[in-house]
Amino acid sequence: MRHIISILMENEAGALSRVAGLFTARGYNIESLSVAPTEDQTLSRMTLVTIGDERVIEQITKQLNKLVDVVKLVDLSEGIHIEREMMMIKVRAEMGMREEIKRLSDIFRGKIIDVTDTSYVVEMTGDSSKLDSFVRAIPEELIIEVVRTGASGISRGPKALTL
Amino acid sequence: MELSGAQIVVQSLKDEGVEHVFGYPGGSVLHIYDAIFQQEDVRHVLVRHEQGATHAADGYARATGKPGVVLVTSGPGATNAVTGIATAHLDSIPMVVITGQVPSPLIGSDAFQEVDTIGITRPCVKHNFLVKRVEDLAETMKKAFHIANTGRPGPVVVDIPKDVTDPNIKVPYEYPSKVKMRSYSPVEKGHLGQIKKAVELMMGAKRPVIYSGGGVVIGDASAELTELVQKTGFPITNTLMGLGAYPGTDNQNIGMLGMHGTYEANMAMHETDVLVAIGARFDDRVTGKIAEFCPHAKIIHIDVDPASISKNVRIDIPIVGQVKSVLNDMLRILTEREILADADALDAWWKQIESWRAVKCLEYPKSDEVIKPQFAVDTLHKVTDGGLYLTSDVGQHQMFAAQYYPFDKPRRWVNSGGLGTMGFGLPAAIGVQMAHPDATVACITGEASILMCIQELATCKQYNLPLKIILLNNGYMGMVRQWQEMFYEGRYSHSYVDALPDFVELAESFGHVGMRIDKPGELAAGFEEAFSRKDELVFIDVVVDPSENVYPMIEAGKGHHQMHLSPQQATERELA
Ligand SMILES: Cc1cc2nc3c(=O)[nH]c(=O)nc-3n(C[C@H](O)[C@H](O)[C@H](O)COP(=O)(O)OP(=O)(O)OC[C@H]3O[C@@H](n4cnc5c(N)ncnc54)[C@H](O)[C@@H]3O)c2cc1C
Ligand SMILES: Cc1ncc(C[n+]2csc(CCOP(=O)(O)OP(=O)(O)O)c2C)c(N)n1
Ligand SMILES: [Mg+2]
Repeated sequence: MRHIISILMENEAGALSRVAGLFTARGYNIESLSVAPTEDQTLSRMTLVTIGDERVIEQITKQLNKLVDVVKLVDLSEGIHIEREMMMIKVRAEMGMREEIKRLSDIFRGKIIDVTDTSYVVEMTGDSSKLDSFVRAIPEELIIEVVRTGASGISRGPKALTL
Repeated sequence: MELSGAQIVVQSLKDEGVEHVFGYPGGSVLHIYDAIFQQEDVRHVLVRHEQGATHAADGYARATGKPGVVLVTSGPGATNAVTGIATAHLDSIPMVVITGQVPSPLIGSDAFQEVDTIGITRPCVKHNFLVKRVEDLAETMKKAFHIANTGRPGPVVVDIPKDVTDPNIKVPYEYPSKVKMRSYSPVEKGHLGQIKKAVELMMGAKRPVIYSGGGVVIGDASAELTELVQKTGFPITNTLMGLGAYPGTDNQNIGMLGMHGTYEANMAMHETDVLVAIGARFDDRVTGKIAEFCPHAKIIHIDVDPASISKNVRIDIPIVGQVKSVLNDMLRILTEREILADADALDAWWKQIESWRAVKCLEYPKSDEVIKPQFAVDTLHKVTDGGLYLTSDVGQHQMFAAQYYPFDKPRRWVNSGGLGTMGFGLPAAIGVQMAHPDATVACITGEASILMCIQELATCKQYNLPLKIILLNNGYMGMVRQWQEMFYEGRYSHSYVDALPDFVELAESFGHVGMRIDKPGELAAGFEEAFSRKDELVFIDVVVDPSENVYPMIEAGKGHHQMHLSPQQATERELA
C-alpha cells in the first residue's frame, strides 16, 4: 500500500540525511520526498511517500519517530487528506500538435508557462495519480522532459500537525 | 566563568561526573589534550588503538551503567573508533564519543585527516552532533549525555572542529542542569491498562515462560525481575545479553535460549502458551525460524523502544516503558489483587521441564588427556566461585562461557552479542577493571580473537591492571571451523590459525606473567595460582581440544524443537 507520511523535524543540517539514510539502511522504499522550512524557521516539514505492507509501515513510522531530530509525524493515509504535487513538463509542440496539447492541458487544468516555435512547458498541480494520467495522455514521443516535486500533503479539517 | 572550548569539554565531563576518559591523541584534539593535562579530576586512560578506547569505554559502561567516554582525533582516529561505536550501538550501551574534526573553514576541502565523521557514524549511533560554535559546546555535551543514557541507551558522537576548542577564544560557561528537547522524550512508565491485561494473561497461563534480555541489565531491574520470577514460580530463560539478571544457579532458571541455548529452554519456548518477553528484542539467534517461533503462545513484550515491539514477531500485549517501572507496577498489581497462578498446571509444566532437563544437554565427554574447553570453563567457575567479572571475545569460547559459567549478578558478564566483535574482550576488561579496581576481572578469549586487540596488553602494563586472560587455545577459528564442519563438508577454508605466537613469551614481553596449561589435571591448580597473583596480569594459554564443538545447536533458520544435541545426535529431535 502507498502511504504519505508527513514529518515535522528540527531544521538542522543533516536531519534530511538521517531520514534518507534510515530508508536505505533498512531497505524501505522511498517513492518521493519533499522538504522545506515551515513558518517557524526552526522546523522543517517533510512529506514522504512510501510503499509497504502494514507491518513495514508500522516499522517505518516507529523508526522515524526514534530519530532524535524528528519532532512529530503522522501517516496522512490513515485519515482523509489532500495530496498535491507540482509538475513541469516540456513537450514537443509542433504544427499539428499545438492545439491538441493545449486542449489536453486545459482538460487537466494545466497552464502553459513557456512557449517556443517547437515546445511548450506545461505546469500542473494535482495528486500524483492525476499527474501520472496527464503524462500518459501525452504521446510518448512528444515528451522532452518531466520535472516533478514529489507529493506533499495536509489533513482535511481543523486538526493539524503542529507543535 | 569564562572558558575556552577545550576547557569546556573537560569541565563538562567533570560536571557530568565522568571519572575516566579512554582515548588517543592527535592533531585535531591537541587543545583538548592540553586542557586534560592541566587538571586532575578527569582521568585519561591512554589506549594503544582507538578501537581499544571504544571497547574499554563500552566495558566500563556495561559494568557500571554509567556512560563510557571516548576521546579520539579526526580522520583515522575516528574511523578506528567505528567498530567499537557499532558494537555499543547494537547492544544499546551508553557511550559518548568525542571526535576531533579539522578546523571549520577547512571542512569539505579534503583537508589533512578529514573524514565525514558524522556521515560515517550516522548509521551506528543513537545520535551525533557536529559542534559549529563554541557557544553551543556545553549544551551539546549535556544533550549527548542525556541522549546516550536515557530511553534505549546508545552511543552518541560529538564531532568538534579544532577551531571550536581554540584556547584563545573564551566564552561564558555554565553547564545546563537540565535538557529539554521537544524532539526527544523517551517513555518512562508503561500503560497501566496494558500492564493489567498482561498480568491477567500471565496468571491464567498453563505453560508460562519468562524470556528476559539485556534490557533488564541495562535498566537495572534485576531485583524486580527476580521478585517477579519468584513470586510467580514461572520458569525463566535469559538471552546471551541477559545472563546474570536472574541468578544463573537458581533452579527456576532454565538456562540461555536460542541457537546455543539449553534443550529445556528451547523446548519450553516451543511449548509455552504465554511468553513474557522482558527487555529482549527477538533476535534471529534467539527466534530461529520465525514461522515456528513459540507456535502456541500469546506474547507479552515489555520494552522501552516502541520500534523493538512487533519488529520480528507479532506481539499480543505490548508495554512500552522502562523495565524497572513496568515490573514494579506488575508486582504491585499482583500483590494488590492477590492473583495466584494455576498451581496444578504449573506443577505439570515443571514436571515437563524437568524431563527435558534430565536430558542433560550440557553434558560433555570427559578426558584425562586433552583439556575440553567446557571443562576449562567449569573449572574456572569452581576456582573463582562464580564471582568474576568476565569479559569475552567472540567464538566458541564465548558460548562455552555463557553455558558453563552461570552468573548470579547482573553486569558481571560483558560480551559483544549483537555485532559479535572479535577483539572486544581485552579492552572491555580494561574498562571493567578501571570501573572496579578491587574486583577480579578476567577475559575469556580465543587465539584468533585476542590477536585483534593484543596491543592493549601495553595499556594494562601502564595502568597496572591485574587482569586474568584465559585463552582457550584450540588453534582454530573454532566457531568458523564448526560451521564448515557442519555445513561445508569439512572444507576448512582459512579457519586454521597458522603461525601463532608463543603467547607465554608474548605476555612476558609486555611485562606480564605468562602461563601455559595443557593437561586437564593441572588446570585447577594453574587457575588457583593465576588468581592468587592479585597484583599481576596473568595470561593463561590453555591448550584445549581442537575439535570440540558447541552444543546444543539450532541451525540458523530452524525451529526451537530442531536442536542438534551432540555430533552423535545430529538429527532433528522432534517433539515426543
Ligand atoms: C557467536 C554468537 C552466538 C550467539 N548465540 C546466541 C544464543 O544462542 N542465544 C542468545 O540469546 N543470543 C545469542 N547471541 C547474541 C545475539 O546475537 C543477540 O545479541 C542477543 O540475543 C540479543 O539479546 P537481547 O534480546 O537480550 O537484546 P539486547 O541487544 O540486549 O537488547 C535489549 C532490548 O531491551 C530494550 N531495553 C533496553 N533498555 C531497556 C530498559 N531500560 N527498559 C526496557 N527495555 C529496555 C531494548 O530496546 C532492546 O529491545 C549470539 C551472539 C554471538 C556473537
Ligand atoms: C572482527 C570479526 N571478524 C570476523 C568474525 C567472524 N568470526 C566469528 S567467530 C570467529 C573465530 C574466532 O576464533 P577464536 O577467537 O580462536 O575463538 P574460538 O571460536 O576458536 O573459540 C570468527 C572469525 C567476527 N565475529 N569478528
Ligand atoms: Mg580458537
